[in-house]
Amino acid sequence: MNEVNEQIAIDHGLKIDEYKKICDLLKRTPNITELGVFSAMWNEHCSYKSSRRHLKKLHTKGDQVIQGPGENAGVVDIEDDDAIVFKIESHNHPSFIEPYQGAATGVGGIMRDVFTMGARPIANLNSIHFGSIDHEKTRNLLRGVVKGIGGYGNCIGVPTIAGQTCFDESYNGNILVNAMTLGLVNKNKIFYSKAAGVDKPVIYVGSKTGRDGIHGASMASAIFDDKIEEKKPTVQVGDPFTEKLLLEACLELMGGKSIISIQDMGAAGLTSSSIEMASKGDLGIKIDLTKVPCREENMTPYEIMLSESQERMLIVLEAGKEDEAKKIFDKWNLDFAVIGKTTNSKNIELFFENKKVAEIPIDFLAENAPMYDRKWIKAKLPKENNFSKDDFKSLKLSDCLNKILTDPNIADKEWIWNQYDHTVMGDTIQKPGGNAGVVRVHGTNKAVAAAVDSSATYCHAHPLTGGKQVVCESWRNMISVGAKPIAITNCLNFGNPEKEKNMGEFVECVEGITEASKYLNYPVVSGNVSFYNETKDKGIKPTPSIGGIGLLSDYKKMVTMELKNDGNYLLIIGKTEGHLDQSIFAKNILSNHNGPPPEINLFNEKQNGMSILNLKNKNLIETCHDVSLGGILTAISKMSIKGNKGVKIFPIEGLVNKFEYFFGEDQGRYIIEIKPGNLENVEKILKKDSIHFDKLGIVESDKITYGNDLKISIGDIKEGYKKWLNEYMVN
Amino acid sequence: MKSSVIIFPGSNCDRDMNVALNKFGFKNQMVWHNDAEIPKSDLIVLPGGFSYGDYLRCGSIAGKSRIIKSVVNFANSGGLVLGICNGFQILTETGLLPGILQQNKYLNFICKNVFVKIKNKENKYFKNINKEVLELHIAHNEGNYFCSKDELKSIEDNGQIAVTYCDDKGNEDEYNNPNGAIKNIAGIFNKDKNILGMMPHPERMIDPFLSGEDGSLFFENLIGNV
Repeated sequence: MNEVNEQIAIDHGLKIDEYKKICDLLKRTPNITELGVFSAMWNEHCSYKSSRRHLKKLHTKGDQVIQGPGENAGVVDIEDDDAIVFKIESHNHPSFIEPYQGAATGVGGIMRDVFTMGARPIANLNSIHFGSIDHEKTRNLLRGVVKGIGGYGNCIGVPTIAGQTCFDESYNGNILVNAMTLGLVNKNKIFYSKAAGVDKPVIYVGSKTGRDGIHGASMASAIFDDKIEEKKPTVQVGDPFTEKLLLEACLELMGGKSIISIQDMGAAGLTSSSIEMASKGDLGIKIDLTKVPCREENMTPYEIMLSESQERMLIVLEAGKEDEAKKIFDKWNLDFAVIGKTTNSKNIELFFENKKVAEIPIDFLAENAPMYDRKWIKAKLPKENNFSKDDFKSLKLSDCLNKILTDPNIADKEWIWNQYDHTVMGDTIQKPGGNAGVVRVHGTNKAVAAAVDSSATYCHAHPLTGGKQVVCESWRNMISVGAKPIAITNCLNFGNPEKEKNMGEFVECVEGITEASKYLNYPVVSGNVSFYNETKDKGIKPTPSIGGIGLLSDYKKMVTMELKNDGNYLLIIGKTEGHLDQSIFAKNILSNHNGPPPEINLFNEKQNGMSILNLKNKNLIETCHDVSLGGILTAISKMSIKGNKGVKIFPIEGLVNKFEYFFGEDQGRYIIEIKPGNLENVEKILKKDSIHFDKLGIVESDKITYGNDLKISIGDIKEGYKKWLNEYMVN
Repeated sequence: MKSSVIIFPGSNCDRDMNVALNKFGFKNQMVWHNDAEIPKSDLIVLPGGFSYGDYLRCGSIAGKSRIIKSVVNFANSGGLVLGICNGFQILTETGLLPGILQQNKYLNFICKNVFVKIKNKENKYFKNINKEVLELHIAHNEGNYFCSKDELKSIEDNGQIAVTYCDDKGNEDEYNNPNGAIKNIAGIFNKDKNILGMMPHPERMIDPFLSGEDGSLFFENLIGNV
């Protein structure tokens, strides 16, 4: 039984060449357990075989970086011995098949990555992308994903402080669920996955192993077809209660000195966790699978190794510390089993019922994993549209504004975040719905800001510019709350890398991300890649999600986006040229999907951001909001709605027509609110720093007005903006 | 003044409650669910969270845990017992408070600020609070209070309704009832008013930089009356 041959290898997602390579390396045919282990380690999700050579180019260094990519999560310094551990990860494929469990276990997985390193999770975020609002599956997927994210995060008691929700028909067959977690750790007490020392006990803790999630990582490395419903059993089932216990138990154990290394069992479960620990420590590992706590009867070595049951950890302990550790896990009612030990063989050896069932040199699985230099094509910058006056002839500003504020990608998302506990832990000082979520560093004057961004439209139009833009957008969100941007994590969601166009999108987005993060000293410290977001030949738009974090050294100086007081001035920082191509306005009002995305000028980006931080430190800014999707008028509307205050907009100068001015999506811009008494001083500072700015308007009444062209009450625009999603979900 | 916060496996507002109690002058201690005895206390708090995963029914397994016997004895001897959110659910499961908490009417978890009206000030929890309406914060999936007609009558007759959901002016209408609770009930007492269970979290409203400060009024008053 279970004779391995080429067909079985192909059924495991391996290519014929890869199977031949396995046989060559082993100098024999692998048995079924070994084949399973190879397929788990060599799939795209675990091996990064298409992306590795490009990811090496990412900018990952900086004085603030304690740990860059390659660990369970990235770690950055936030002064006074405090450090933030953070990472974003995709759970796209499972969430499409089973939205609740897919999203829930996505949240669970990313939290484990963070507390594995010794950090207590302090905030969750997410970026979720769905198909067109008219697609039959969208409502149910959205409902399920939101419930799943909430169901898991709420139970653990970690606040979900920010996120992003997008709709686009390119996600009709492949939704995206990217979950991010931030944890707080003392920088001298970080735990890593690298094993060290021979004959150290290998411990299994957490939930029992079941048959759920077998081949989850392989599923996430393949495109979808008509039979995706059959893949439901590959979706893991989450138990947040057990995760909460595991979190507390691990942190309790980490308070002592018994752990050498620790790794969560995520994708490819026991296989990848044991191999990664041994590989990093240049060791071998011996596991007796009979000792693994199992939930179901008669599980085979193959199933035990490939199960992706959730809420499990693998720990290498100091010898002799087993009893001390077991006591803690007993207290929390969690399974604890010594299942093996480290060796100096550099092989992974698996035993089951006193028989050796597999033996593979670890470097075959890790270093010798395939790496591809996939062919890719460079994208051309699309031609500009050059809209004529006639295109705008019949348009009214107020109609356009109302339509944009009820665009699914702009409208308020409170229906979503009201379902997430965003205040537990008592340190959330900026809730979802602002520029970024902000949580205090418990018991200190510091706070950490975090946001997730993506802009698939721009990345689709021109991947290089799009890649840069997402990083800048993230940077601006940090600046807007008054935080110094520190570092980012990226979740790279793309189509099929075996297609040259998709691979090109990936390569150029990564290039864009690298260029911007290097220039802004906003390094990438963690992340993951999700390829094969494709169904029946239709792939998603390239969607790198960037999770950024920033530091406020004094949380009392945090800036928010709601308008504050009548009589205050609004300035717009950065130049407005009226770039409409690829904007919400072009898509929604002009039904035009062509042209290049707005250009990114990294020099201006940095200057503008730094000048705002400078003004904030001098207490000269009352309010700040970056201008992004929907342009100036959309930004003003959001600020007005939040603050319940109107704005009189001053006449615009220059050549730009009013639609281009109000709805153009030129980059690197912010709207700031200034007290009249500070205006002169602010203007002086901005001029001295050579920052371009325009006087935009004055805060007054309960209407947004622009000469005779626009007079619209806050109540009216609020209605549509606030209600859209609610109404969509109940219909 | 000494207080004890009970930690059940799955509690997740225990730290927040500890911070709040300490901030307002209580000497608080954390007590593990598997302990037999509660240290000498003037106030026992059952915090929010998902005790035992809220499996079976919210609060039901916690209601049978080892420490609960001591909580019941303490309550029956007149000691102050406060249950917030999951703690409220646990108190109904132990029978210390009447009624039950069902899933929210619109079937979603709700996390937001709400207003509640204080219905009875003749007790240590609300005695000297100088306001009729408080802005507090809710975060729950099962806060839809329900009880039988007879129970409701007895609760009303005995002045056991502590707080009700309302608008900022104190109007208790259906529109301002976030979870469908009968009579907009957000919190109730036992007959003797030494036990209070409520869904809103005062411990999340103790700082102007958080959601608000009306939680501070609650704790300031409480320490003054213990």
